[in-house]
Amino acid sequence: MLNCRQATQLCSEERDRSLSLMERIALRLHTLICDSCANFRRQMDFLAQTTRRFREGRRPDDDA
Amino acid sequence: MAPHQALLPPPIPRGFPLEWSLGTFATPASQFMTSDFSSGAAPASLDWNDPAILALRRDMLKFAHLQLRDEGAAEDAVQEALIAAMRHRDGFAGRSALKTWVFAILRNKIIDHLRKHAREIPASDLVHRSDDDGPDIEHLFEQDGHWTTQDKPHTWADPESALSQKQFWAVFDACVNHLPANTARVFMMREFLDLGTEEICEELAISSANCWVILHRARTALRRCLENNWFGGAPKPC
Repeated sequence: MLNCRQATQLCSEERDRSLSLMERIALRLHTLICDSCANFRRQMDFLAQTTRRFREGRRPDDDA
Repeated sequence: MAPHQALLPPPIPRGFPLEWSLGTFATPASQFMTSDFSSGAAPASLDWNDPAILALRRDMLKFAHLQLRDEGAAEDAVQEALIAAMRHRDGFAGRSALKTWVFAILRNKIIDHLRKHAREIPASDLVHRSDDDGPDIEHLFEQDGHWTTQDKPHTWADPESALSQKQFWAVFDACVNHLPANTARVFMMREFLDLGTEEICEELAISSANCWVILHRARTALRRCLENNWFGGAPKPC
């Protein structure tokens, strides 16, 4: 069973590489029972969305 | 040759005059952001003092400066990117995506610069932990690897709405700037320049595993900084 530290490492790594089937299952199981890591994973999505906006120059003051 | 290199003109010397005329737009300068670049308007001169151009330069400079941390190099990259954009504007067919396109060219200029200078960062600075290398995230977890009570990530209310608020971006900038320089560089190469970890590893001569660990530290520290300073968590020292 993953602990939170390992789970968050996988939440980050899934942005950079394809996780193995076992890793995906372990992460899924962990986030089902751990709200904190489920939050962390959603926030990694949000962070990716934020950096994408930044690199495309789509910040609110850009359109002012 | 990497695909992005085909777009770029030869390097332009530093101190290149802003007033240099490159081409013009058939529409008034104030319409710059909505000009139709595919209309084939006759080239004349571009007004570098136009507010829209100035705003674009300012945003590009902010972006380049974060990546390069060198004012001169950032100025050069922005100048070269703008000139490349103007030269190739005939090939550009969508007005709403103009900024995205100009930023894509800027990104390529920054990547070229980083490639030339990547070896100047000693790999040991990235791999071996020191006081200023990599935000320490170990203290967020208990010995058994579970979150400490005070560092558990909370639910963020409506994060998407933050993206349209200028103040949020100021906090985001501050949080990125707060990352240790070497960690920030790897993070920005991955997220802002959109390079794959393989390429980053090659450029910086570090292993994939090291790269993933550095990125994990960077994202964890950023997440925490945003929660503490924007998403309503109790303020805590970083």
